Amino acid sequence: MTSLVVKNCGPMTSLQDWGRIGYQRFGVSPSGAMDRRCLAMANALVGNAPEVAAIEFMNLGGSFICEGGELHVALAGAGCTASLNDAPVQANTTMVLKDGDTLEVGHARTGTFAYLAVGGGFRIEPQLGSLSFHQRSRLGGLKGAPLKAGDRLPCQSEALQVAPMHLPLEPLGEDAPIRVIMGPQDDYFTEQAIDIFLSAEFTVSPQADRMGFQLSGPQLHHAKGFNIVSDGIVDGHIQVPGSGLPIVLMRDRQTAGGYPKIATIISADLGRFAQLRPGSPVRFRAVSRDEAVAAARQMKEWMAALSSALVPLRFDLTTEHLLSTNLIGGMVDALAHKEPDHTT
Amino acid sequence: MVQTPRFLPCGDSALTVEFGSAIDPELNGKVLALDALLQASPPAGLIETVPTYRSLTLQFDPTVTDYGALARQIEEATNRLQPENAIGTRWRVPVVYGDEYGIDLEDVAERHGLTPSQLVEIHSGAVYRIYMIGFLPGFAYLGGLDPRIATSRRTQPRLKVPSGSIMIGGEQAGIVPMEMPSGWHLLGRTPVLSYAPERDPVFLFAAGDEIVFEPIDASRWDALEKAALAGEPVAEPVRA
Repeated sequence: MTSLVVKNCGPMTSLQDWGRIGYQRFGVSPSGAMDRRCLAMANALVGNAPEVAAIEFMNLGGSFICEGGELHVALAGAGCTASLNDAPVQANTTMVLKDGDTLEVGHARTGTFAYLAVGGGFRIEPQLGSLSFHQRSRLGGLKGAPLKAGDRLPCQSEALQVAPMHLPLEPLGEDAPIRVIMGPQDDYFTEQAIDIFLSAEFTVSPQADRMGFQLSGPQLHHAKGFNIVSDGIVDGHIQVPGSGLPIVLMRDRQTAGGYPKIATIISADLGRFAQLRPGSPVRFRAVSRDEAVAAARQMKEWMAALSSALVPLRFDLTTEHLLSTNLIGGMVDALAHKEPDHTT
Repeated sequence: MVQTPRFLPCGDSALTVEFGSAIDPELNGKVLALDALLQASPPAGLIETVPTYRSLTLQFDPTVTDYGALARQIEEATNRLQPENAIGTRWRVPVVYGDEYGIDLEDVAERHGLTPSQLVEIHSGAVYRIYMIGFLPGFAYLGGLDPRIATSRRTQPRLKVPSGSIMIGGEQAGIVPMEMPSGWHLLGRTPVLSYAPERDPVFLFAAGDEIVFEPIDASRWDALEKAALAGEPVAEPVRA
């Protein structure tokens, strides 16, 4: 069996997929990839569906050895670089690892979270329907533990893709205020607090992890106290405890909590928010439900189209050149049996 | 007659249906009845529901259904709720009270002018309702504590309380599923594991279940703990 063996990695390196669905009623956090866009990109490059589990890196990279066969792997997110047996590899490409090869993943340069996907995925038994690692629940990953040196990750090696590909795309999302829908408890805040929330610049503090991102900035004052009877929490909820400083709740959040939540980041912007590094400025803009749903649809379509945006790696040409000579459609059509309609 | 609940938006992929703002068995019954109804016949696009004290949070796929459609379906469903049917299993949970199993028992008893055995009698004489599971996997928030032994939380929370601790904090009571920090008072300990990732079932208790505590002698601890670690539930379902 082919395995990916961990030589070393940062302490927050873990397996993550789309998340653990259906167990929040028992107090189990959903977990899952902090930036689904980049997980989907890495997966597309190795021929996987967007939600297949990959190795998530937080800030620090790691090194891995391919053992027992050949693997197709791909790295996406946070501007991480990779090298194969000490030779640098072009970003956003499929890498072919042979028995004994060493893959080095560099640290994050432009964001926080990066993903290393393996063609066919890992041959590891999911726990409660998911491979996503969650520390407090002792679930996911390898028997509920984070990845560490010496771990051996068995892979579904028979599912090799035809040819290495390049994905000439950036994750969807523009450098603009993070969009939110107000509520569920915006009525717990003064009008002035709402105004400040939607106009001021906040800063991502160093207290930012898979559970939540503490923000610094102006205080948001409560109009009727800061204790509510605990109710359900969702990814992207922005809760404001007694300090008046907002905390954005992320994938490893608790399932219920007792602080008022002023607003919720829309699903399409959550990956972009997750990539903000400590010290980054952040602004919020309130949008309608219709706008948020339109953005969610756009994100879903973008993810579904990733596999048809791949170009074969052996033609090391710029996208512009490929487009100008109308090559993408023909090649993708021949290799991946996709309609060439995206070139017209 | 069931009042129309409030609908609170939680981004584009979730909404919370709120029946009230209190910790109250009747409100919680409505939450669990709606939850049961949606579990039995889930509307298209519904992904997950999370019952809490007084509200139900629904997660959904916004490209399949939307807030408006779900709110209409729920408004219609609230007329058919049967909260009286929302009571689940009643569990008998063995507890060793006091000594190293419940290091705060004597202190709490003294605060209320009771002997330790009177405190045990009051604590184990009640039927507790699981309002919700949250905070940690399998952590059951229990209502039904006798007001005579309600005890405000410790000023200095402990960084670690052992799994199985039976504790009270304010008017709440709880069963600790795994080692965790807490400012509640430890009255005893049960070998029962409410959460065991390698066991089938992984979770013993659900929101709406009831708990009764059965004081047991410390001499039984070792055998019951061994059984629990071997995957036995140790807690027993009993008739209501």
